[in-house]
Amino acid sequence: MAEPDLLGRRLLFFTGKGGVGKSTVTAATALLAAERGKRVLVVEVDAKGNLTEQFEQGAVGFQPREVYPGVFAMVMRTEDSLKEYLKLNLRVPVLGRLGPLARVLDFVATAAPGVKEILTVGKVCWEVRESIEGRADWDLVVVDAAATGHIIGQLDAPRAIQELVAVGTVRTQTDWMVELLSDPALTALNIVATPEEMPVNETIELVERARAELQVPLGAVFVNRVLPELFTRSDEKTFEALRRPESGAVLTERAGPGATTVLEAARLAVSLRRTRATHLTRLRETVDLPMVYLPYLFVRDAGLRVTRMVAEAMAQELGL
Amino acid sequence: MSPSGGESTAKGLEPLLATKEIVVFCGSGGVGKTSVAAAAALTAATRLGGKVLVLTIDPARRLASALGLEGFGNLEKQVPPEALKEAGLEPRGELWAAMLDTKRSWDDLVLRHAPDEETAYRILENRLYTNITGRFVQSHDYIAMERLFDLHATGAYDLIVIDTPPTRNALDFLDAPKRMAEFFGGRLLRWLTMPYRVGGKRGARVLNVASRPFYQLADRILGSEFLQDIGEFFVNFQSMYDGFAERARAVEALLHDRRTTFGVVTTLEGSPLREAEFFCEQLIDRKYHLGALVLNKTLPDYLLSADGARAADVLVAEAGPVAEALAAGLPDAAELSDTARTARVLGTVGDSFRNFAVVAKREAELKGELARQPEVVANVPNFEIDIYDIAGLARIGEHLFA
Ligand SMILES: Nc1ncnc2c1ncn2[C@@H]1O[C@H](COP(=O)(O)OP(=O)(O)OP(=O)(O)O)[C@@H](O)[C@H]1O
Ligand SMILES: [Mg+2]
Repeated sequence: MAEPDLLGRRLLFFTGKGGVGKSTVTAATALLAAERGKRVLVVEVDAKGNLTEQFEQGAVGFQPREVYPGVFAMVMRTEDSLKEYLKLNLRVPVLGRLGPLARVLDFVATAAPGVKEILTVGKVCWEVRESIEGRADWDLVVVDAAATGHIIGQLDAPRAIQELVAVGTVRTQTDWMVELLSDPALTALNIVATPEEMPVNETIELVERARAELQVPLGAVFVNRVLPELFTRSDEKTFEALRRPESGAVLTERAGPGATTVLEAARLAVSLRRTRATHLTRLRETVDLPMVYLPYLFVRDAGLRVTRMVAEAMAQELGL
Repeated sequence: MSPSGGESTAKGLEPLLATKEIVVFCGSGGVGKTSVAAAAALTAATRLGGKVLVLTIDPARRLASALGLEGFGNLEKQVPPEALKEAGLEPRGELWAAMLDTKRSWDDLVLRHAPDEETAYRILENRLYTNITGRFVQSHDYIAMERLFDLHATGAYDLIVIDTPPTRNALDFLDAPKRMAEFFGGRLLRWLTMPYRVGGKRGARVLNVASRPFYQLADRILGSEFLQDIGEFFVNFQSMYDGFAERARAVEALLHDRRTTFGVVTTLEGSPLREAEFFCEQLIDRKYHLGALVLNKTLPDYLLSADGARAADVLVAEAGPVAEALAAGLPDAAELSDTARTARVLGTVGDSFRNFAVVAKREAELKGELARQPEVVANVPNFEIDIYDIAGLARIGEHLFA
């Protein structure tokens, strides 16, 4: 079970190796919180832009739009974030009027270390702070953040900037961000993994690095796509007996020529689960974070239904 | 049980690997590009012969050690022939392997293109250097293509198989050389570094900075010291422009060359497949050679069998009576005497078949919907065990060559 109450925090980041279900878990978390009466902002940072598909909604932009009752989604765009920042902080007239400057700033943002990241994390932190101080009303902000390889750079940006930039407006602004990001009552970085070799490796490495290099508190590991355990040990003996040719003959007689195929499929399922179990064990033995197990869903397609099912499983796991 | 896809029209990757000099495998993250690339190289080396190199980007540790790649950075190493023999293979050729060390490749590049050693070291020692090379204009992609070019230019290999870096967009690496050239040649960079060039040497606070609104603004946000660092760095970096631009053009030409082909790897899941399709289209539109589509981790065809579905239904609906029949018919089988237990197991077995059949059906549907596909489509099953050694790669290889 996840301590201190995951949904009780204000800012949740989700990272993970590509394709493990990061967007699905992020969306499910948002849905779960919304169904418990919270007003949630979901921020998609990963540029793939498929987060709203989890709610079966069309694309959204930088301006949040309600995609599910109580869930508002936005896509991070650093240029927009910069414009907003400049407008709010420096009273600079809308950048459009400065013409090519927007491009130059974008260029700097691409090239200079940490600039893009700070614009991303800064916007997210800002929404949280505004809500805490009563100027915005998000109970919870969840972020479909960068993949494992880039998450440290992203979340560490405020601190990196503090080290690189000695003076200037940005310098003073990073202080409160670092504070917010490192407060375990407010913020958590969660990792989504599947019980497979590479996702588990990346999770283990990330936990180590995050502890060493990052002040952001770690939340939970969401282990997604866990295959069901078909048999107990003694049931398995029965299953083995069923696979003997004599049994096969009886089964074929009763259930038709497909009976042995069905047994073969179950053997495959057992074996797939067993291979994954070794990675799961390794994960559990190496990482001392709360684990939230989410089942592999045997469904035809992705979308709101999958998000709902994952949210339900999550609610059970979290004891909600 | 026959391996899935056995009767499809695929004739395998063999002719491709036999005639091309470079095979680039691409696809979205987590689909198994690295294993497919390694398996293709291994199988080419064993069955077709010659000297085959696999350039891998980010292998799982166990796979890297199976290829003998631990801690060897950028060097190419031959996979010991004994290792192949131990896996039951009789190699006709040699298998070589190398990993991509991005940092070291960048350093090499700087040393090669900088006008003089002093500039080179000024760049390498700049504290922004690693940071910047690590993130701007998809430097991973570019560096991978650079390495490929280099290795091909040595002429040491009959075939080079490369797996591509995990990117947000599988297409990024195709544009990387061009974007890199644009970056260095761009007016933007020149404009940005101008005040530092007219301002002259290191340390000099550049006066005309203040005359430009951009610098004024940036100064307020970032502080001038930081800006100056950046500017200085780019001035040095820009001195490498000519070398870079020329290289980038050559790399691009190589990717378009007749001797180069692309293999797109995907699983039969919605989003990787959509990305793979898009990628196939783009490759064709941009006149690259699309050689093969590899459908990886597919479930076996028997999950689609109608007999199987019927049997599963019976086992679920009539678990009790079937359990009784088993106990009655096989009185010697102690494991089957507890009919309640047997019934439970039969129900579970039937349910599990139905579950996996749902996924298999989805895969079949997605496969049927594939629009533009290359001549060669290979099917690699979802192996029950992890592939982390030579023997495992050879198993994948069998399906690639089927
Ligand atoms: N528990 C599950 N059972 C079955 N399918 C799942 C499960 N979780 C996610 N999926 C499916 O896996 C696919 C990938 O999920 P998702 O898009 O969330 O991954 P991601 O980690 O965000 O990937 P990317 O790196 O591409 O952004 C989706 O089609 C989703 O519906
Ligand atoms: Mg995603």
